[in-house]
Amino acid sequence: MQAELIDIRNHMANYPPFDEMPEELLDRVVGTIEVEYFRAGTRILEFGKANHWLYYIRSGAVEIYRRSGELYNRIGEGEMFGQFGLLMHQKVRFPAKALEDTLIYRFPEEIFRLLFENDDNFADFVEVEDNSRLRSALSRREKSNELMTSRVTRLITREPVSAPCTVRLQEAARIMTDQGVSALLLMEENKGHNDLKGIITDRDLRTRALSEALPSETPISDIMSEDLITIRDNAFIFEAMLTMLHNNVHHLPVMDKHEVRGVIALSDIVKYESQSSLYLVSNIYHQQDVRGLQKISRDVRDSFVRMVNEDANSHMIGSAMAGIGRSFTQRLLELGEEKLGPPPVPYCFMALGSMARDEQLVVTDQDNAMILDDSFNPKEHDEYFLALAKFVSDGLAECGYTYCTGDIMATNQKWRQPLNVWKGYFTDWIENPKAEALLNSNIFFDLDGIYGKTDFAEDLKTLVAEKASNSQRFLTMMARNSLNRTPPIGFFRSFVLEEDGQQRKSFNLKRRGTAPLSDLIRVHALACGSRAQNSFERLRAIGNTKLLLDDDLGNLRDALEFIAIVRIRHQAIAIEEGRDPDNNVRPEDLSPFERSHLKDAFQVVSNAQKFLRFRYNAGVGRNVQ
Amino acid sequence: MSSKAAVVSTQTPDWSERFGALAGEALHPLLKEYYEAGCIAPDTPISDVPMVAMDFETTGLNPDQHSIVSVGLVPFTLKGIQLGAGRHWVVRPRLPLHQTSIEIHGITHADIAKAPDLEDILDPMFEMLRGRIPVVHYRSIERGFLDVALRWRLGEGIEFPVLDTMAIEAHLHPNRRPTRWQQFRGQKPVSIRLADSRTRYGLPHYAAHNALIDAIATAELLQAQIYHHFGPEAPVQDLWL
Repeated sequence: MQAELIDIRNHMANYPPFDEMPEELLDRVVGTIEVEYFRAGTRILEFGKANHWLYYIRSGAVEIYRRSGELYNRIGEGEMFGQFGLLMHQKVRFPAKALEDTLIYRFPEEIFRLLFENDDNFADFVEVEDNSRLRSALSRREKSNELMTSRVTRLITREPVSAPCTVRLQEAARIMTDQGVSALLLMEENKGHNDLKGIITDRDLRTRALSEALPSETPISDIMSEDLITIRDNAFIFEAMLTMLHNNVHHLPVMDKHEVRGVIALSDIVKYESQSSLYLVSNIYHQQDVRGLQKISRDVRDSFVRMVNEDANSHMIGSAMAGIGRSFTQRLLELGEEKLGPPPVPYCFMALGSMARDEQLVVTDQDNAMILDDSFNPKEHDEYFLALAKFVSDGLAECGYTYCTGDIMATNQKWRQPLNVWKGYFTDWIENPKAEALLNSNIFFDLDGIYGKTDFAEDLKTLVAEKASNSQRFLTMMARNSLNRTPPIGFFRSFVLEEDGQQRKSFNLKRRGTAPLSDLIRVHALACGSRAQNSFERLRAIGNTKLLLDDDLGNLRDALEFIAIVRIRHQAIAIEEGRDPDNNVRPEDLSPFERSHLKDAFQVVSNAQKFLRFRYNAGVGRNVQ
Repeated sequence: MSSKAAVVSTQTPDWSERFGALAGEALHPLLKEYYEAGCIAPDTPISDVPMVAMDFETTGLNPDQHSIVSVGLVPFTLKGIQLGAGRHWVVRPRLPLHQTSIEIHGITHADIAKAPDLEDILDPMFEMLRGRIPVVHYRSIERGFLDVALRWRLGEGIEFPVLDTMAIEAHLHPNRRPTRWQQFRGQKPVSIRLADSRTRYGLPHYAAHNALIDAIATAELLQAQIYHHFGPEAPVQDLWL
């Protein structure tokens, strides 16, 4: 390198991975540079074309696209692109376009290889640091894409095996053995049609028939599962996966309107995608004690990171993590019942908050409650339910779901009550709203029955849906509470930073991002009498009532997805780097692309809060300081 | 913004013909060889033209009174500037260094004392010039100083085409000085100096000033000008002077 080029070398030495490169090596790199100017809007790399250069942005900005034409990333001064083509067959994988007038330094393939082989830091950087997502997305995309683009019918390998629901236990077992199936559909004749009435699985035979020593002549209809969860034949495999996760079922009849086309089993999907969170879920049900559960709970984070790397969206990740949390809870309840005996009266175990919304991530505490049958008698029964609640809560804590600091857990007697008491709670919250009380009970308006008599939870959802929309005062209070947390954006679109625990300036993506958003979406959903719990589904329900304009709904959906996915990636990166994941993000941790889009997303939240204030007349001050 | 514009005035020769004639007239083998290597056809699209950005640092502005202190050359095309092929030489001026220029160039008397005479670097210089169109920012310097320097050393001067990035800027901004009224309205004069011109195209600022960096900066500016105003298909004769 000519000494006069030191200006150019110094520029590169400011940016990773060149900042740690030995001087002689960097000099050598600089000697191979070719400089090219690209006017804004010009294509730099076109998909599939041969490429033998690595590109470094000296000034300007470049947009990187996916093959589909979707924007992948925006990069600027000191950043590189083109490495994926170089790593894989010298063909352009990610087309690039100059966003601004851009000056590029490019290095020939030979120098790229030389650096890749001789400088570990460089190799790590192009492989892992900058673009772990890109690269792993590349190698895994096709697989995950299959889950997202293939229909469930692809998993059907045989005609459905069925029997009339009048058959006896032994006959049903014989059919299943002869046909080699793990689930038998049970049909009921109805006006000349055979309608699907129920299902019996291997597991049911074990847990409901054998362990109870039922006589072989028992009518199968006594033990079959009814009110089946099914899936449409045009659904995607990942939808089947989420349905199974959400409902904790291992078999799904695939329906063409009223006709059964086949049955798919959890194991079919697990075979399809052995790394998926479903695999973890099925593993949870094989654990025989809390220790076993605690052991596999370490895989939860891996599963989370894998989904992030597979480019799953926040809805899928949130659902899968909630599904995993649910499975731990359900298995603990099963184990608890094995230990303590069957429950003296029916009950429903209820998830609250993010698990109920299907928006759980890896850093989460447990929020749960129990709804007991109205025949509950505290003196006779509560000892049992307290013991069960304690068993589950302690077990969850062992598995990484920390105790709720607000004591919203079934171990708290207040939240372990018969259905009529619960109905009283909700009626009181809605009809006599008090700001402070509502602030604490907010979380109960995201609820889902996950075990036992889930009808109880459905009753509560119905009550809320009916009463909430009619109580203007309740909606006003809820709206006001939801305005307590504002997005971290200042007047001039600058981030408003706070000091986190380690005295670093950051903002909290949960407290100031996803939480205010799901809060305000909840208020609108309550106002339009929706039973949905998930924020995306609530937005859909709000859309049906025309409470918000389609444009605003779209913006809210995008903002929620973007903030959530940035938060998710932030946590995934922390896990991969062996740090504890949190929600505190420093602006410098974000790419320029993320920074600019986050600001847009926060602006959407801010505007939506203004509308909320106006719509529910929540403008007068704040409820709580 | 892609208005096609010819910068050229009518006096510009057809350089490809002119080189034929000069090859016959030149006496010194170095110059003869240079002209014989020829000049690209006038209708060649700019994207196909081999170019070399050239910058001289001098002790002043007048070729008859001042002298070349350093030379920077970098070969390039519209598609790429080959930094590694760039060369930089400090040469000993025939005339004493003027105090003010020392500060600008960062070249000291000590550097100069060890430096070769321009004559000693003519071979590698012409190696890079042959078959390429020189690109400069303000042609009077490079043209004038090289011509005078060769007259002194070889006994004959030199003619050569140039693409002049400053002339292009001047052409694009014919009314650079606002009228008194425009000044009153706050209009600022347009500077066509290298650094200021580069800013208009989003090109970065270079902290260092030496003949090689300035040559590179000029090459980058030409790429930007072509993409913004003329397009890669523009024939070289529209732009050379």
